[in-house]
Amino acid sequence: MIYLDHAATTPMRPGVWDAMAPFTRDVFGNSSGVHEVSRKAKNALEEARERIAGLVGAQPMEIVFTSGGTESDNLALKGVAWSPAPRNGVVTVATEHEAVLETADLLERFEDPVTVVGVDDHGFVTPADLLAAVDRNTALVSVMLVNNETGLIQDVAAVATAVKAHDPDVLVHTDAVQAFSSEDLDVTELGIDMMTITGHKFGGPKGAGILYVRQGTVLEPVLHGGGQELGRRSGTHDVSSAVGLATAMELAVADRERFRTEVGQIRDDFEKRLMAGIDGALLNTPEANRSSHHLNMRIPGVRNETLLMRLDQAGIAASAGSACQSGAATVSHVLEAMGLSADEARESVRFTFGWTSTPDEAIDAADTVVELVGKLR
Amino acid sequence: MRALVAMSGGVDSSVAAALMRDEGHDVIGVTLKLWSGPNGEAPTAGCCTVSDAEDARRVAAELGIPYYVLDYTDDFKDGVVDRFVADYASGQTPNPCIECNRTVKFDRLLNRLDDFECDILVTGHHARIRETGDGWALLRGTDTAKDQSYVLSMLTQAELSRTRLPVGELTKKNVRSIAAGMGMRSAHKPESMEICFVGQRDYRGFLRDHAPDVFRPGKLIDTSGTELGRHDGIAGFTVGQRRGLGVAVGEPRFVVRIEPETSLIVLGRRDELAVRDADLTQLTWTNGRANGGSVMAQYRAHGEPVPGTLDGSTLTFATPQNAVAPGQTVAFYDGESVLGGALIAGTNL
Repeated sequence: MIYLDHAATTPMRPGVWDAMAPFTRDVFGNSSGVHEVSRKAKNALEEARERIAGLVGAQPMEIVFTSGGTESDNLALKGVAWSPAPRNGVVTVATEHEAVLETADLLERFEDPVTVVGVDDHGFVTPADLLAAVDRNTALVSVMLVNNETGLIQDVAAVATAVKAHDPDVLVHTDAVQAFSSEDLDVTELGIDMMTITGHKFGGPKGAGILYVRQGTVLEPVLHGGGQELGRRSGTHDVSSAVGLATAMELAVADRERFRTEVGQIRDDFEKRLMAGIDGALLNTPEANRSSHHLNMRIPGVRNETLLMRLDQAGIAASAGSACQSGAATVSHVLEAMGLSADEARESVRFTFGWTSTPDEAIDAADTVVELVGKLR
Repeated sequence: MRALVAMSGGVDSSVAAALMRDEGHDVIGVTLKLWSGPNGEAPTAGCCTVSDAEDARRVAAELGIPYYVLDYTDDFKDGVVDRFVADYASGQTPNPCIECNRTVKFDRLLNRLDDFECDILVTGHHARIRETGDGWALLRGTDTAKDQSYVLSMLTQAELSRTRLPVGELTKKNVRSIAAGMGMRSAHKPESMEICFVGQRDYRGFLRDHAPDVFRPGKLIDTSGTELGRHDGIAGFTVGQRRGLGVAVGEPRFVVRIEPETSLIVLGRRDELAVRDADLTQLTWTNGRANGGSVMAQYRAHGEPVPGTLDGSTLTFATPQNAVAPGQTVAFYDGESVLGGALIAGTNL
């Protein structure tokens, strides 16, 4: 199999599972206990927190362990909107992940003011457009760093600077789930108050993520209970996942420079082969301000559902955007927000590369895609 | 051969996939996503529910065949649901499952055989297809009690030549025992009776939710034109209906006619339900050659064929028939062979 769906998830990096394993069996303790096996678990958990904090330029207490990207996004939006602070409005963008948009939709149904700002045909949102939606009731602006479907990079630092200059009391959150493999993420340089990261996008375990929460930010928890994570997220800690997450983050950061150049080159070569071999192919991924590992393109005359199944038959895994529960290829809200019609969105496919990608497999895959498109047209 | 199997998750299509695989064909399983509720959720009743799709996926995994979910929600809405609403609004009694077979399952899927490099389409219908000296014939299923040839009566050579119905050769009991022998959890699943997008409630509730404007109030009259009461919309009625008419006139009354232009519901006695002639539309013949003269016509899924005469598009029953509703399908039979099918456009007393 040639795997070109790394934005959906990517294999665990070597060493991660070995780091996790002791905390599933020998050091099985509940990290909130008072005995030795619990203390050992607690030590490992807090050590993981420190390692993670150091990798994003945060303080350990600013790291909240969660079950992943969806939970972190939920906690960021609901936590702010439902906190005792007087403001409860949310401003976000039409191309965000469903974890943000559906949560925003829920808040709106609960009568919190929500504004979803549109994008241009490359998927960009300008700070000015965001500021136009910010008012005295806005508590939070949430903007994704690397778009999961197209790989577009928003200038989150510029957004944060503009928002804070406009009104320093407005919080800024970024969903950086797709960014960690390739982008240097420092919470101070970004100037944000909250950031979502999830482990399985860069070689960590699934079901393990964090929300960075700047000190002093008041959140109502989404999960209430025993008061773990300083009351911000209850539930017995998954210590092995936290350790796996920290280990994978270290490996990914150490591999970042290589990832940007080598994986970026693999993606670029793949893209060139497809653009040269397929008449009329169009890029949905922007030419500039794009990640190193996403490629989203439209192949007029070929329905993505059919192409993806034929690719699967040929041993190539790709996707039409974000994965859907039923497995059916649905129309991408990201591409629709960029102005593509439903039919154009149904001709769009996403190839995403990752830490295991090799130049040879990408060339083989590109040749297969070109050949299949020729057959299907 | 390479076979594309339409898998609903039910026992019949699961066994159809297994039989094709065991005959040595390359098999690809697909489930059609046809309908989603207001929040995108799949239906919970009928033939295409979440748990059915999940059953189909599991069966495909156990059989070791590739499996995909194909999105046909737009085609289904345009070709089946909107038409269902429009038919009720115009006083007809549609059969959406037949329309789904016609416009989605057989039309759209057959058109995609090339996309999947497949030679044939396989479904779990209880009917048989035979190659004869004269092309392809459609026959009633081996299990006459489960026969579904009526709902396939619109198929012609173009479809029959590229379709296989392996479970039509078996009794339902046999199908279930094959499924049980393979450890399929669908082996003992009850059959779905509901219309998938309507679910377990009354179809009128669906119409009220999705097409409230089809409920235009009007009068209930008897066959002599005397007003018997008022109703809140013709979409709530179907020819032959006896219950829920909202009038009390001593003897049993039935809906004998629906007049959409004037929103009139005409009630009559049982003997006034009788229909002698039916005007047909969308007439098709399995072998492509028009028939006429004496025919055996079946106008209900679980009815018996009755004798009649077909002259052009007018079917005259030898004996007047009760509750022949516009919108329903007529299938023509010669013994166990299906000769063709049509929709009833209108009826005459």
